[in-house]
Amino acid sequence: MRIQKCKGTRDLSPQQMAQFRLIESVFRDSCLKWGYREVRTPTLEYLHLFTSTGTLTPGTLGKVYSFLDWDGWSGERVVLRPDGTIPVARMYIDNEDKPATARYFYITNIFIFEPTGKENRERWQCGAEMLGAGNPAADVELITVALETLRSLGLKDIKIKLSHAGIIRALLAGFGLSPEEQGKAFARILDGDSAVISQLKEQKPALVSLLAPLLEMKGANAGFLKNQQAVFTRQLPEFAPALENFIRITELLTATGQKYEIDIASGAGFEYYTGLIFQLYARDIKVGGGGRYDALIPLLGGEDVPASGFALYMDPVMNLIRQYASDEAAGVNIILKKTGAVYGQRAFELANRLHAVGLRASLFSGQTPPANGCQVEVAESFKVTGPGLTAPRPAASIEAVLELLGSKQ
Amino acid sequence: MTIIRIALPKGRLLNDTATLLEKAGWRLDGYDTALRNYRIKSEKFPDVKIKVFQEKDIPVQVAIGNYDLGICGLDWVEELSSKYSAYAPVILRDLEYGKGALYVAASRAADINTLEDVKAQADTVHIASEYPNLAEKFALELRLKRFGIYPVWGAAEAYPPDRATLALISGTPEAKEFVNGIRPLASVLSYSARLIANRQSWEQKDLSEILGTLENISLAPTPEAETKTSFYPPTIIIRDATAIRLALPDGHQQKHVVNILNKAGVKMTDYPSATGNRRPGSSLEGANITVIRPQDMPLQVANGNFDLAITGHDWVTDHKAAFPSSPVVELADLKYGWVKIVAVVCNDVPAANLYELRELCRKAETPLRVASEYTNLSDKYARDNQLGMYRIIPTWGATEAFLPEDADLLIENTETGGTIARHNLKIIDTLFESTARFIGAGGSRYRPEKQARIRQLIKLFTDAVAKG
Repeated sequence: MRIQKCKGTRDLSPQQMAQFRLIESVFRDSCLKWGYREVRTPTLEYLHLFTSTGTLTPGTLGKVYSFLDWDGWSGERVVLRPDGTIPVARMYIDNEDKPATARYFYITNIFIFEPTGKENRERWQCGAEMLGAGNPAADVELITVALETLRSLGLKDIKIKLSHAGIIRALLAGFGLSPEEQGKAFARILDGDSAVISQLKEQKPALVSLLAPLLEMKGANAGFLKNQQAVFTRQLPEFAPALENFIRITELLTATGQKYEIDIASGAGFEYYTGLIFQLYARDIKVGGGGRYDALIPLLGGEDVPASGFALYMDPVMNLIRQYASDEAAGVNIILKKTGAVYGQRAFELANRLHAVGLRASLFSGQTPPANGCQVEVAESFKVTGPGLTAPRPAASIEAVLELLGSKQ
Repeated sequence: MTIIRIALPKGRLLNDTATLLEKAGWRLDGYDTALRNYRIKSEKFPDVKIKVFQEKDIPVQVAIGNYDLGICGLDWVEELSSKYSAYAPVILRDLEYGKGALYVAASRAADINTLEDVKAQADTVHIASEYPNLAEKFALELRLKRFGIYPVWGAAEAYPPDRATLALISGTPEAKEFVNGIRPLASVLSYSARLIANRQSWEQKDLSEILGTLENISLAPTPEAETKTSFYPPTIIIRDATAIRLALPDGHQQKHVVNILNKAGVKMTDYPSATGNRRPGSSLEGANITVIRPQDMPLQVANGNFDLAITGHDWVTDHKAAFPSSPVVELADLKYGWVKIVAVVCNDVPAANLYELRELCRKAETPLRVASEYTNLSDKYARDNQLGMYRIIPTWGATEAFLPEDADLLIENTETGGTIARHNLKIIDTLFESTARFIGAGGSRYRPEKQARIRQLIKLFTDAVAKG
């Protein structure tokens, strides 16, 4: 019977791993430069970590990989991490000596069931979180780190879409919807569900007249928001704080030379967030997103600590990068021509000496070595072939081999 | 010719389903409460394979494609589909009989009157249910911050308020009150019998001739069963920290337990109960007795809901297979209910023992299907004995009817082996022997005073058993 790979999972080939590691290293460099420090949380967490915040929707929680552990007779389930941020927030709360502002980053896999099995159920992401800072500069910094990573990877046509959970919430609260209903209602409004819109129209005609400009128009700078502010805040003062915050963020982004699109509708799935929401696209493919989630740490039982963060999605980024760190750099192929411990010992010693000077060297005993790179045959003596050598050259000792390779590498 | 397979229910839906199919002209032979054979012949559709299952097994059997069509309650379809939406059977028709509803219920003795009260609970909300997937869905949709589900074989109504916050239980439509002061907070599903189809069969097989006979047939509405509104004295929850929380079994084990209790000089009131009361009284001082399913007892002792319980060694073993570090220990052999747990295959399988079965598995092109009520135990058995690629099919009784078409191996209990032989099956391995056991939790969970009471009670039981 053929053994198959688990549905919804993928293998990464050496070439794909090289792409993966490239993204990782570029992301790490960007984060480290901005003062973020790497963390890692466990793959297994208690399910209640994710239910306790109320920020993940029942739809998402209904797709987590949860099970009873071997000591789970209490009925307490454990889960394969379905989200990167919540465990980091938990770790932040658990950690007693934390800086006033903690900047963390991580490269992690998350697990969410996907029914067709055609999409990945295990997804990797590069995430960064800033905990303890609530100002617009924090949000702008995170966007900057994300963009820096994407640009360093050579991604083209990068776009940012901005929305604001505070504005969406103020809008939906105006219709008298409970927090639970808000998410569904917003999704239905965005789907153009006329039933929900006409129902809302009856309740609050003034608000519905605001819906259209807010949801349909796209703004390219803070001016767009200021126009909204001028029109609405007198009649709808509940929008004022969120709008003010959004304006300050966009002004700062513009000042740093960053282009963006204000698109309130891009805030679908806002339930997690409390403030700015941003989505990152490259060639119109979504490659990441993030935002401000000030409510999360208090909901987890921590102090009233503001926080925001983002994640870049490994799969689409891997598909978009052309270049990758070449894994194929030529090395030295040490070929054992004779069996016997004495020859083996010499081959291993040669490999160790080459490794010590920073060269890649692989052993071949009975296998065919790749054609590229230098070849060193090991028998009673050595024979060295390779780029730059016109003909195979004999060498009597390891020192002589090193000399030949050293002068030619 | 493509063979069409149909799964029909035994139990509560059997009579109405038989009437419906008679009206549809199927002319079934032997589909009645006597049910001498699980394989039923239809005079109208002689080539159709019809088999009778526990109602709960039918959605699973249709979903995995063993059967093209089935009839069962919507409650069991939803229990499966809410977790495994990709395998959800297609619901073809509401047959409008076997009506009921699923309720989230709490005890009158608890201060929980609405779902808002449930959400406001500071502690973990535990929900006992025969419908664990629907219970989980309910908890997620209510956005409970912290919850635990107790999947139970039955008697979920016995758990609130002291063993679980809520029970998700089935009742008649518009039920107002259940036994033991349990009352519904909200209805989560109204159900009735449905005609269901396997998704692939529905898309690819021609079922029209069969479906045509059912198209315009319906049953005259049967008068609805009277809602259980019998009132019970309020449940007395003994809060004495030294009281022993004892679980006694329901079902056929009761007569044996009563026998032992009699010998021990313990007087019981309302056990066994004709009305379904699950909190009987007794002359045992400082004991708080609840009647639950024996299958559920090991887990309920492990999680600290009960101090002592009576269950079979088989169910303890199944529990330990899932939770090897469970604190459950066997305290005394009650020496009744002897069975052996065996591995069973069809007579024509060329394997006389486990070793030969393993060899067959090694060469097999399809996974070995292992059907059992003991899912954890069977999983461990197949794993430990390297039965290659295998699948566990959970069943709810009448497992011997699964062979050969719906399973390859059974892990079953048997006394004489008679049923197994009658179904043309053979035993290839005996896993262990089982009798009823008195169980408790190991370690030093209790204070000395309670520990002393527990020791006393164990002695009472063991002495009674020793009287023979």
